[in-house]
Amino acid sequence: VSVVVVGGGPAGLAAARELGRLGVPDVVVIERERQAGGIPRHAVHQGFGLRDLRRPLSGPAYGRRLAAFASRAGAELRAETMVTGWSPEGPLELTGPRGRELLEPDTVILASGCRERPRSARLVPGSRPAGVITTGTLQQLVYLKGEHIGGRALVVGAEHVSFSALLTLTHGGAQPVGMTTELARHQSLAAFRAGAAVRFRAPLWTRTRVSAIHGRPRVEEVELTDLDGGGTRSVACETVVFTADWIPDNELAVMGGLELDPATRGPVVDEALRTSRPGVFAVGNLLHGAEQADVAALSGRHAAAAVARFLAGGGWPERRVRIGCRAPLAWVSPTALAGGPPPRARFLVRSREFLRHPRIEIAQDGRPLWSGRLARLVPGRSGRLPDEWTARADPEGGPVTVLVASARG
Amino acid sequence: VERGFDCDVLIAGGGVVGCAIARELTLFDLRVTLLEAGPDIGAGTSKANTALLHTGFDAKPGTLEAELVVRGYEQLGRYAERVGIPVERSGALLVAWSEEQLGSLPSIVEQSHANGYEPIRELSAEELYRREPHLGSGALGALEVPDEGIICPFTTPLAFATEAVLAGCELRRGVAVTSLERLADGGLLVRAGAREWRTRYFVNAAGLRSDELDHMLGHDGFTVTPRRGELIVFDKLSRRLVSHIVLAVPTKITKGVLIAPTVFGNVMLGPTAEDVERKDDTSSTAAGLDYLRAEGGRIMPALLEQEVTAVYVGLRAATEHTDYQVSIHADEGYVCVGGIRSTGLSGSMAIAEHVRGLLEDAGLTLSPRPGPPVELTMPNIGEAFTRPYTDAERIAADPDYGRIVCFCERVTRGEIRDAFASPIPPVDLDGLRRRTRAHMGRCQGFFCGAELASLLEERA
Repeated sequence: VSVVVVGGGPAGLAAARELGRLGVPDVVVIERERQAGGIPRHAVHQGFGLRDLRRPLSGPAYGRRLAAFASRAGAELRAETMVTGWSPEGPLELTGPRGRELLEPDTVILASGCRERPRSARLVPGSRPAGVITTGTLQQLVYLKGEHIGGRALVVGAEHVSFSALLTLTHGGAQPVGMTTELARHQSLAAFRAGAAVRFRAPLWTRTRVSAIHGRPRVEEVELTDLDGGGTRSVACETVVFTADWIPDNELAVMGGLELDPATRGPVVDEALRTSRPGVFAVGNLLHGAEQADVAALSGRHAAAAVARFLAGGGWPERRVRIGCRAPLAWVSPTALAGGPPPRARFLVRSREFLRHPRIEIAQDGRPLWSGRLARLVPGRSGRLPDEWTARADPEGGPVTVLVASARG
Repeated sequence: VERGFDCDVLIAGGGVVGCAIARELTLFDLRVTLLEAGPDIGAGTSKANTALLHTGFDAKPGTLEAELVVRGYEQLGRYAERVGIPVERSGALLVAWSEEQLGSLPSIVEQSHANGYEPIRELSAEELYRREPHLGSGALGALEVPDEGIICPFTTPLAFATEAVLAGCELRRGVAVTSLERLADGGLLVRAGAREWRTRYFVNAAGLRSDELDHMLGHDGFTVTPRRGELIVFDKLSRRLVSHIVLAVPTKITKGVLIAPTVFGNVMLGPTAEDVERKDDTSSTAAGLDYLRAEGGRIMPALLEQEVTAVYVGLRAATEHTDYQVSIHADEGYVCVGGIRSTGLSGSMAIAEHVRGLLEDAGLTLSPRPGPPVELTMPNIGEAFTRPYTDAERIAADPDYGRIVCFCERVTRGEIRDAFASPIPPVDLDGLRRRTRAHMGRCQGFFCGAELASLLEERA
């Protein structure tokens, strides 16, 4: 085997397809679910595939198409198989119905994706009733299992995915009773919010924290706290959906001894999506939490080209310069410089706060590399930094820092 | 069974203690009934504790608790290895963070010796940090207790109950005792759920409710005040930070906050200790979680950088007495097993043996149960032992052991099927979790929640 792709979601499948197109043989995609396709399998709404396939598709159709493309390009898709072990020097350990297997490919592409932080990781106090779920679970219950959710539901979060959860809830026969966000505004598109306001008449409680969940055996009531006034209100409901707050599913990256970026919690990668371990690449939402599926796919495609170059004897960078950011920025990706263009010729940047016309400065060892204004930054959504400055960075120099020099809130 | 009775011994309470008693008594030719008020055995106090296998080094010498924990440690350790309950002898380090605490270490050593535990020894700060390099700064010294261990709090009561059921014990779940009545010719009439049992002997192992059952029989020996303990479980990626159980120097009020590995490969921080009024108040609180994070940040700052996988809350059945409240009223056929606090898991088998002795002294005839002994092997859910997903032979014989359903905890379709086919099958997701680890991991169902829900629905 020359390439093992770990994870058959959009990023992994797009990488496998591109490797086939580039003539790389012996590509195996390891997928732990029963079907490849990743999160889009259960995201039953439109809007997939615009950036990579240039056509609008529903999530499931998009997932199926990517899997078919990868297969057709010659990749072996091994479903119901999971990489259960790895070490900094060792082979990949696989478990599947065919048994245990060790694989030592020339290259590994990690495409294990991300997940939403569950209630427990958010340390929300109270009892532990049934009915507290993430959007991922909700979508699978409604769209893969045809479950009826029913009752009243509260959505925690106000990003794109939170609005998608509203829709899924109504498909599951539940009545949304409100949305909460700790920020001052929702973080999605105005049209989504306006649509939800009309369709569901569900209030959006901003600057609001879920301070307790009560009920047994199912949720009965959620306590919300106003972060400014300190007042509380109680919302009666039977379901609570914790949305967004994505974290890379980085267990394998840790087991494999890859350097992790403390801000993204994904592996540190350079522009070609090479990790700290020679022969190991990382792509998609494993790098930084959720981007849209087609963005993840394009990152897989981007890495495939680098994999082909590596397999052709392209070598591995000896040195790379780390990229970090300062608050209120949350993360920048890719997280290292070693030459060449990043995916889609841009660096993605996220902020923890709403920023209007932020002036961003990129510097290395006190030396400015780039400065410019973005239109705005919205928490949970990526802004785009150009990559024209990377040639000015000193490959022998210290880390590059990205910061906000000025902005309006 | 004596004429006119439904059973020889009826045990109220399917926690670890009640299950251990049921197992002990079914070794003999007795008709035993075990009633559990909750939906499952081991689903109350027994499921949410620190899951330590205590040597009893720090028990109060001369108490029944000290005697039974020391003996129970040996018994449960051997039993765990025999039937496959996950157990790891990780050893404990009791850390002194102040001069005062350092000064109290010799008295703890003395206490340990009085309890018959000799291997305890003092460590310098340097030796301590060599063993636990991620400890926060400022530790002045420690005691090493090499035989303290961690054990699976879920498999233990399940193993006891399973062995008892296989030996003929009648187990009823979801059945709470509503009244107790003395019968004219001895024995008791127990009303529970929609049924009643006439039993020669009645064992009250009802944990948090043990005082209520005691009062029903006109006794007034003790009152249970639930003591809430909140615990934070950290992601498996934090396991490499900790190799021992890290204990605090106990005060008169509490044993303090500890950090311990779990047999599932996580790290646990807790517990808090707060008396509460309601016996069902297993809610975590903002204050409790803040306190644990503050303590954790002091003991092991690196731990707080890790993701939290779960928050658990348990209620200890604390009473106004410092010792266990175990007694027999021979004339009434009543055995009370109350006031079993945090050490109940470690002491369970010795408590059961003690109860058997009390019953025998009171006149219960114990002859060996006819037929072959029950051969029990529990499915392993411990991280330190072979699990199906790594077992090539098992997967070759049955591919369902290669089909992983819960990715975070690597639980296979075969194990879930086995749990449903077991003598005491799960009735809900929590029960499935305790038997297989499914849904116990870092994603809390993001990936597998829907699949598990439909598997449960299929079986129910």
